[in-house]
Amino acid sequence: MQHLKPAKSLALAAACMAMFTGVAFADPDPTAELVIDGELHLVTRAPSEDDITPYLPERYSGWLFRSEGTRDIQMDDFENPGLLTVDAGLAAWETAEGTAGQSCQDCHGDIEDGMAGVRAIMPHVNADGELRSMEDYVNTCRTERMGAEAWNWNGGDMIAMTAAISMQSRGMPVAVAIDGEAAPYWEQGRDLYYTRFGQLELSCASCHEESYGLNIRADHLSQGQINGFPTYRLKNARLNSIHNRFRGCIRDTRAETFSIGSDELRALELYVASRGTGLSVEGVAVRN
Amino acid sequence: MTEVRPRIRLPRRASAGDSIVVKTLINHTMESGQRRNSAGENIPRQIINRFTCEFNGVMVIDAALEPAISANPYMEFEALVDQSGDFVFNWYDDNGETYTATETFEVS
Amino acid sequence: MLTRRDTLAIGLGVSAVAMLPVTASATPVDDAIAAFTGGADMADSGVTITAPEIAENGNTVPITIEAEGASEIMIIATGNPTPGVGRFMFGEASGSSLIATRMRLGRTQDVMAIAKLADGSYASTQVEVKVTIGGCGG
Repeated sequence: MQHLKPAKSLALAAACMAMFTGVAFADPDPTAELVIDGELHLVTRAPSEDDITPYLPERYSGWLFRSEGTRDIQMDDFENPGLLTVDAGLAAWETAEGTAGQSCQDCHGDIEDGMAGVRAIMPHVNADGELRSMEDYVNTCRTERMGAEAWNWNGGDMIAMTAAISMQSRGMPVAVAIDGEAAPYWEQGRDLYYTRFGQLELSCASCHEESYGLNIRADHLSQGQINGFPTYRLKNARLNSIHNRFRGCIRDTRAETFSIGSDELRALELYVASRGTGLSVEGVAVRN
Repeated sequence: MTEVRPRIRLPRRASAGDSIVVKTLINHTMESGQRRNSAGENIPRQIINRFTCEFNGVMVIDAALEPAISANPYMEFEALVDQSGDFVFNWYDDNGETYTATETFEVS
Repeated sequence: MLTRRDTLAIGLGVSAVAMLPVTASATPVDDAIAAFTGGADMADSGVTITAPEIAENGNTVPITIEAEGASEIMIIATGNPTPGVGRFMFGEASGSSLIATRMRLGRTQDVMAIAKLADGSYASTQVEVKVTIGGCGG
């Protein structure tokens, strides 16, 4: 396990900042404002706190790192194709399923009320002291209360539901708990974040803390925030879950990657979510 | 296939004789026919091959689409609204299905 | 393993083919253009393409074509496995000869738009769109 010395890391971070805000960059524009449909302002730059991100001068949403055309698509709820899947989730919310013959709505009420703020605090330690992602909470409800089958973590139904739920926190600041019972999971996630994996021996920090703003081949590296998930990726023209994205990144270091829904990825999810504290939940974001 | 949900966006207001911007979006994988699945087998093509828009029975646009159109096809064009009336949109799938949406539009 | 006999046979075969009269074959792009224009000349003004210089991702590239007075517009991706992208016919209730959509580009290439104008003549233009390979992406 390797940790960077603070001085070196700050220097690198400063270099990243210069690259990011440097005059040479026409895209992205660090002053760009993320406003949905001309009305809802989302926070894409947040102050960085020493106890979570001591090596980041500022927290940036991945939105700022994309080209102008991509940023525009997210700013329009009609043009954002992720919203098509959100509609499917909203319909599922009202559909009864399982032996109990109940829909989500029957217990939780309207999704705007029942799920307001939920995405902003995920992942979350449950009453039994276990760290759980949003997908876990959905499946617990389905199997234990609805008498329905669990959904595949990465399947269309689950992604549609997490998308619909995420939209109910859009605009709210990310605010995951990392103290108390969550602390051991957070530390596990932090250690994973700084561990170099794979043949390429890259840690999450190698790219997303030391090199954001630089290019890896033609990809413009972001800080690896997850406040915009589930995210519509132009690359596969559909919504993608957090764990799926983690898996892909780790696999690209030519490592055997952790499973979707594994404890390691949950811990990583908690840690990465905390690195975005203060940024707005973006509902369904649009990225490369 | 998952349920197909077309979306239409028209402006809130227009006067008779205006040219208005029409935006449409529909969820569809637009399977190009060039991909292979994990077993190495070719995934057959299934796309929306034609899109039409009519206003009060008069054609606005008739588009023949190829697999190079991205998934969840987005179309934006302009329609002449000489009076109030109905827009009818049709998306024709390779598999023979047609997805239809209608929108009433009032000119002020 | 090739025997000497095989190698000679192949060599003869190749030279035989090389000596056959071969006409220059039209490329798929030429065929697509000809199918639309019937071989007519195309003026080089009257059509505008708005597309990114560098595509964020080749899978979803926003593009807008405008050609004043055109009755029909065809989009060709000259570097794709099959060049056709779409043909857009504007009807009587059309407000303008404009179409905006999102397309797939397999690699850096020229994107061409051909418009059939009101008087039956054709005009075309093309722009290069750079398509890059992302560094990572899961």
